[in-house]
Amino acid sequence: MEQYLLMNQLSFPVLSATIFLPLIGAILVLLMKNDKVIKITAFASGIVTFIMSIFLFANFNPETHLFQFGEFLSWIPLYNINYILGVDGITIFLILLTTLFTPICVLCSWTAIKDRVKEFMFCILVMETAMIGVFCSLDFILFYIFWEAMLIPMYLLIAVWGGPKKDYASIKFFIYTLFGSVFLLVAIIAVYLVNGTFNIPEAMFRNYSFSFQIWVFLAFAIAFAIKVPMFPFHTWLPAAHTEAPTAGSVFLASVLLKMGAYGFMRFCLPIVPKASLYFAPYMVALSVIGIIYGGFVCLSQTDMKKLIAYSSVAHMGFVTLGIFSFTLFGFEGALLQMLNHGITTGALFLCVGIIYERTHTREIMDNAGLGKIMPIYVGFFGFFSISAFAFPGTNNFVGEIYVLIGTFVQSKLAGFLAVVGAVLAAAYMLRLLKQIVWGRTDQVFIKDMNAREVVYLLPLMLFVLWVGFFPRPYVYVMEKTLAHLFNQLQAILH
Amino acid sequence: MLLLPEFSIFLFSVICLFFSISKKKSGIVPFARLLTLLVLIATVLSIANNGELFSGAYRIDLFSQIFKIIIALGLCLVVLMLGRNTEIEEAYLPEYYMFFGFSTLGLMMLTSSVELISIVISLEISSYSLYVIVPLRKGHTKIQIEASIKYLFFGAISTGVMVFGMSYMYGMAHSTFLSDIITVFPQFMTKPIGILALILTLTGFFFKLSLFPFHFWAPDIYEGASNSTTTFIATIPKVAATALLIRITMLALPAPVQFVNILMVLAAFSMTIGNLVGLVQKDIKRLLAYSGIAHAGYLMLGILSMSREGSASAMFYITIYVFMNLACFYVLILLSQKGENVTLNDLAGLSRRSPLLALLLAVAAFSLAGIPPTGGFTGKFFLLTSAFRSGHLTIVIIGAVNTVISIFYYLNLVRMGYSKEAVTTAPINLSVSEKLLCYILIFLVLYMGILPFGLLELFKIAL
Repeated sequence: MEQYLLMNQLSFPVLSATIFLPLIGAILVLLMKNDKVIKITAFASGIVTFIMSIFLFANFNPETHLFQFGEFLSWIPLYNINYILGVDGITIFLILLTTLFTPICVLCSWTAIKDRVKEFMFCILVMETAMIGVFCSLDFILFYIFWEAMLIPMYLLIAVWGGPKKDYASIKFFIYTLFGSVFLLVAIIAVYLVNGTFNIPEAMFRNYSFSFQIWVFLAFAIAFAIKVPMFPFHTWLPAAHTEAPTAGSVFLASVLLKMGAYGFMRFCLPIVPKASLYFAPYMVALSVIGIIYGGFVCLSQTDMKKLIAYSSVAHMGFVTLGIFSFTLFGFEGALLQMLNHGITTGALFLCVGIIYERTHTREIMDNAGLGKIMPIYVGFFGFFSISAFAFPGTNNFVGEIYVLIGTFVQSKLAGFLAVVGAVLAAAYMLRLLKQIVWGRTDQVFIKDMNAREVVYLLPLMLFVLWVGFFPRPYVYVMEKTLAHLFNQLQAILH
Repeated sequence: MLLLPEFSIFLFSVICLFFSISKKKSGIVPFARLLTLLVLIATVLSIANNGELFSGAYRIDLFSQIFKIIIALGLCLVVLMLGRNTEIEEAYLPEYYMFFGFSTLGLMMLTSSVELISIVISLEISSYSLYVIVPLRKGHTKIQIEASIKYLFFGAISTGVMVFGMSYMYGMAHSTFLSDIITVFPQFMTKPIGILALILTLTGFFFKLSLFPFHFWAPDIYEGASNSTTTFIATIPKVAATALLIRITMLALPAPVQFVNILMVLAAFSMTIGNLVGLVQKDIKRLLAYSGIAHAGYLMLGILSMSREGSASAMFYITIYVFMNLACFYVLILLSQKGENVTLNDLAGLSRRSPLLALLLAVAAFSLAGIPPTGGFTGKFFLLTSAFRSGHLTIVIIGAVNTVISIFYYLNLVRMGYSKEAVTTAPINLSVSEKLLCYILIFLVLYMGILPFGLLELFKIAL
C-alpha cells in the first residue's frame, strides 16, 4: 500500500472533511425554514469547504507523484472494497475548481432562484460532495458511487429549475450518462476479476493481455467520451446546458465535463496503456472533428447558451487531443486546459445568467447592443470571450499552446486542423461579442451588474490573467505527477 | 423452541380470527401492529436455532431463519402500512389480517422445507390465502374478480407443472427428500430428464417471482387487487421463492451448461420484456408489476451464477427489493384517498403536496433503477459481479443495458413528483407514525446501499 499512497500526516482526515462538509451543510439546509438563512448557510458551507481545500493545497507537496493525504478504511471486505482517498497533482486543481465554483453557484442563484430555494441549495451542496468525492476516490466502487450519485442532484437541477424544455433535456442527460456509466461498471468488474481488488492505483501499469485492454478501453471510453463529451456523443450537452439553470450550467461546464477527461487520464492511460495507444489516432481524429465541428456549429447559433455549450465541445476537444498526443506537453496542456475551460466557460455561463435574469431571453439579438447601457457587464463579458478564444495573455492561450506543441510532435495534420479550430473560435466568439456590444442601438435601459455579481466574477478574472501571464506555479504542481505518468507510459510502450 | 416463529405467526392468525366475531372490528388495527412486532421479535430471537423435524422433512438452520426474519420484517412493515385502511370493508378486516398471517406462515414453512411434499403443502398454504384476499376490495368492480380468477388459474397451473416436475425427481431418486435427491441427481444432470425435472420444479417459484414466461398474471393482479394486498403479493412471497430457488438449484451442482443457459435465457427475456413494457405504463401498480418482472430477471443473475457468492447476492438483492418496493407501495397507499389505483398523472406536484412522500418515492425509484448510493445499486452490483465471475459476460451486459432502459420509467416517477405542476394542490397530511415509517423506509434503502457491512457475510455463512 505504501508504494502509491502517502498516508495523511495531518491531525484530522482532511479529505473526508472536504468531501463531507458540503453534505453536512446540505443536511443543515434541509432543517431550515427561512430562505434567506438557507442561502447564507449554503454559501457559508461552500466557503468553508473552499477554505478547507485551500488548506489542502497549502499542505500539498508538489515534489512527489504519489497520492497524498491518504485515508484507508475497509468497507466491504468480502469484495475487497475499501474506502481509499488520496490526492495527486492531477486532482488537486480539480478539487480547487469544484470548491471555488460552489460558492459562486450559490451567489449566482441568489435572486435567480425564487422557488424551492431549500431543495435547490440542497442539490448544489450534494453535488459538491459527489464531485469532490469523484476526484478523491482511489477505489473503483467508491469512485463509481460518487460518479453516479452526482447524476441525481444534477438531474433534479435541470428537471425542476430548468427552462421550457427541461423534461427532454434532463431525461436525455440522465439516460445518456447512465448508458456510459453501466459500461464503466462492467469494465470495473472485469478489472476487478483480474486483479482481485477494486483499488485503482494497484490496477495501474499492469501487464494485461492486449485483447483485454481493448475491451476495457472501449468500455471506459464510452463512459468518458459521453461525459467529456466527445463528438459524436455530445448531443446531450447543448440540451442540458441550455435548459439548466445558471448554476447547473456552470457546474456542468466547469466540473462535470472535466470528469470525462479526468477519467481518460486516470483510468484509460495508466490501466490500459497499450489499448490507449492503439486507439489514440481515432481519439485524436474525434477530438479534431469535435474542435472543427463545434466551431462551425457555434457560428450558426442564435442562442447565447447554446453557443457557449457548443464551444465547450470544441474546447474539450483540445483536452482530449492533449491527452491522446502521448507527450508530456500534451498532458500538461490538457490538464491546464481543463482548468482554463472550467474557469472561462463557467464565467461565460455566469455572464449569460446575469443577462438572462434581466431580460429573460437568451437570444443574441434580444440581448444585443448592451455596450452603452451595461458597461461593466460588457467589460466582463468581453474579457471572458477574449479568453475563450485563447488570446495571448489569457489562460486558454497557455493551455492551447501546450496542447498544440504536444500535438505537432505526434501529427502535423492534427495540429494544423486544431489551429484552424482555434481560429474558428475567434470567429464565433468575436461575432457573439460584436452583437452583444454593438448589435443594436434601440436597447432600452437595463440595470448593470450589482456588487454581488462583480464579486463572483472578479476572482475568475484574476485567475484568467494569472494563468495567462504566469502559468509556472500551476505547471509546477502538476509536473511531477504527469511526468511520472509519462515515464511509466514510455517504459511500457517502448 | 424450534418452531417459535411459525407458532407466533400462527397465533397471530388465530387471534385475528377470534377478532372477527367481535363487534368493533376496526379495533384490530393497533392490535395487529403490536402482534406483528412480537412476531418479528420472536423470529429474530430464534435466529440461532438449528435442528431437523419430522424425520428430516423440515430443517431449521441459519439459512431458513434469515429468510424468516426477512419475511417477518416484511409482514411487519406491511401491517404497519395499513393504518388508514381505505380499501377493505371493515367487516372483513380481521379475516384480511388472518389471511396475511396464514400466507406468511406458509412462506415461513417453505423456507424450512427440504422435502418435496412439504414444499408443495407450504406453497399452497401461502397461495390459497392470497387467492382469497385478492378480490377483497371496496366496491364491486369486475376488475378485482378478474384478477382473483386469473391469479387462481395461473397459480394452479404453475403448481401443477411444479408437481409434475417433482414426480420426475421422485422417479429418479425414489425419494422425496432433497438430501436423497442431491446424491443421485448429478448423474442425471447431464441428461434431458434431469434438466427438465429441475426446470419444471422451479416453475412454481418462477411463478411467485413473476419471471418470464410465468409473468402474465402480475400486471393484472397488481392492478386488480387493492393497494395493500398488492403490497404483500409484490414483496413477501418473492422472498420465500428466492429461498427455494437457491435451495433447489443447489441440487444441480456442478451446474450443467444447458441448465444455466435456460436460466440465462429466462433472465434475459424477463429483464428485457419487463423493462420495455414498463416504459409505456400509466398505472403505477402495473408499472411496478413490470418492474418486478424485470427485477426477477436481475435476481436470476445471482441464481445462475451457481456459486455461494451468487446465492448470497441474490439473498441481498431480494432483501433490498422488499424494502424499495414497500417504499414505493407506501407512497401509493398514502396517496390514494379512497383506495383507488394511482396513475402517473396523480403524482404531479407530489413534492409540493407532501415533500416527504416525494422524497420517499424518489429514493425508492432511484434504488429500483440501481443508482448509487441506494441499496438497489449495491445489490445489482453484487449480482453483476457474481455472474461475471462465473463467466456469464453476455447476461451481465444485457443486465447493464436493461438498467439504462429502465431508468426512463423510474425517472418518470421522480419527474412527475418534482417537476410537473400539480392538478390538485391539496396537501397530504401525514400523521407522526406515518412520517416515521417513511423515514424508516428511506433509512433502510440507503443503509443497504452505503453500509452493507456484515449482512453479506452473514448471508454467505448461511449458505
